[in-house]
Amino acid sequence: MDTTYDKLVPAPTPDTQPYWDGLKEHRLRLQRCADCGKVRHYPRPMCDACWSMNTDWVDAAGTGTVHSWTITHYAFHPGWKGDLPYILLTVDLPEGVRLNAQARGISESALRVGLPVKVGFEPVTEELTLPVFEAV
Amino acid sequence: MPLREAGAVTGVGETKYLRGTDRTALSFQLEASLNAIRDAGLKPSDIDGLIPYGHGAVAEDFITNFGIKDLRFSATTPMGGASAVASIQCALAVIDAGICNHVLLSLGRTGYSGGRIGARVQQMPQFKLIGEFEMPSGAIAPAQLYAPMARRHMELYGTKSTQLAEIAVTTRQHAMLQSNATMQRPMTIEDHQASRMISDPLRLLDCSLESDGGAAVVISAVDRCRDLRKPPVMVMGVAEGHPDSPSAITQRPDLTTLGLAKAAPKAFAMAGVTHDDIDVAEIYDCFTYIVMCQLEDLGFCKKGEGGAFVENGALGLNGRLPVNTHGGLLSQAHMAGMNHIVELTRQLRGEAEAQVPDAEIGLVTGYGDMGDGSIAIMRRD
Repeated sequence: MDTTYDKLVPAPTPDTQPYWDGLKEHRLRLQRCADCGKVRHYPRPMCDACWSMNTDWVDAAGTGTVHSWTITHYAFHPGWKGDLPYILLTVDLPEGVRLNAQARGISESALRVGLPVKVGFEPVTEELTLPVFEAV
Repeated sequence: MPLREAGAVTGVGETKYLRGTDRTALSFQLEASLNAIRDAGLKPSDIDGLIPYGHGAVAEDFITNFGIKDLRFSATTPMGGASAVASIQCALAVIDAGICNHVLLSLGRTGYSGGRIGARVQQMPQFKLIGEFEMPSGAIAPAQLYAPMARRHMELYGTKSTQLAEIAVTTRQHAMLQSNATMQRPMTIEDHQASRMISDPLRLLDCSLESDGGAAVVISAVDRCRDLRKPPVMVMGVAEGHPDSPSAITQRPDLTTLGLAKAAPKAFAMAGVTHDDIDVAEIYDCFTYIVMCQLEDLGFCKKGEGGAFVENGALGLNGRLPVNTHGGLLSQAHMAGMNHIVELTRQLRGEAEAQVPDAEIGLVTGYGDMGDGSIAIMRRD
């Protein structure tokens, strides 16, 4: 774990804190409407299907398939200079939402729409664990 | 449709576009505004409505510098690059309501010399969701956030990077005909293909410029527009559209459809024109892909056919649809699309430097904030 972490970090709110707490426990938790059951991401106060503000959290299966991607070759923030190039995946989760995270152990030539992946967890500071996608 | 021809563009103005300055954004914004007001034959104190581009000068700056005694309306349209064109709709609405006679839209920025885009987006409230959930993974700048839309289009429809190159090359050809365009070196498709990758599939030459300067537009009420200095350019149709999942592209049901797809049919219906009537189009071009996608969402071709549509110089001055005749954000300057309104006005007045012969009807679009869209269709009077 890096003690001089120089990348951007999230500023969780009461609406989103359970998501980040879940990642620290190596769980991908998604917000679900406690009334109609619709899963939503990113976390927010209201269900867009029934306008309920009652929420609970469910553990995602941790699997998914690639919807799209980009391979970044330019550091828009100095913290990522040493990581270039890196693959950012947009992944369809079976729960019906998507997750955007970096790829680990997936070659550029393997990338295709529909490629199965699984969620991994990378602790980067004491407070912050980020999701990543790994090859199945 | 009360807003149809409720007003007209009566004045346009720009500063010299630069890549490097020690001036302030405010001074550019005031200079461009003054140029637009004088172009209309008005005095600064005639302005009674202000819609400045967000994150810049505020109404108080104009009241103070212009000596406006009775400002009746001020607002911003916070839609990123869609703001400038969306503010035409806002201006027409307050004109039609009888609140204002002459509304000033304006922008000034030091995008090259001041904060660059990777740093700027971290401060923008509309990037809050991205800031919490995507930036920590290294997805920070628009190039990275939009690249998956382009990649998805390529995978679904076979769109090629060389087709995006056509847009960059044609736009550069137009810039080379302008006295106020910052990029004047010729560009070939091979140059585009050799340019360094920024965020695959977007190369350096798929990306717009960072620029210093200002641009401004005056919109006047229809009963005030015909006795001014220049012939009015009538606004026939106007609309804004917001995509599903407006602030997180990742969650958008269809990555390849923008907010413009909702706005375009409304604007065409209001204007009462068809695509064949459009002589020239100034299309928001923060990235080449965004131009191609908007051509589809505007209905000039079907979804997935944008790549073929732009081939073989189709967007050139003598092509099937002349696009970004001023050089756009890609090669003239990044003035957040205010320069696109300026150029469409000049085309329809017949005073453009790269004039489309006999241009009578044209359209201008805006795109920003992860997918918001705006459109105005105009005609010469």
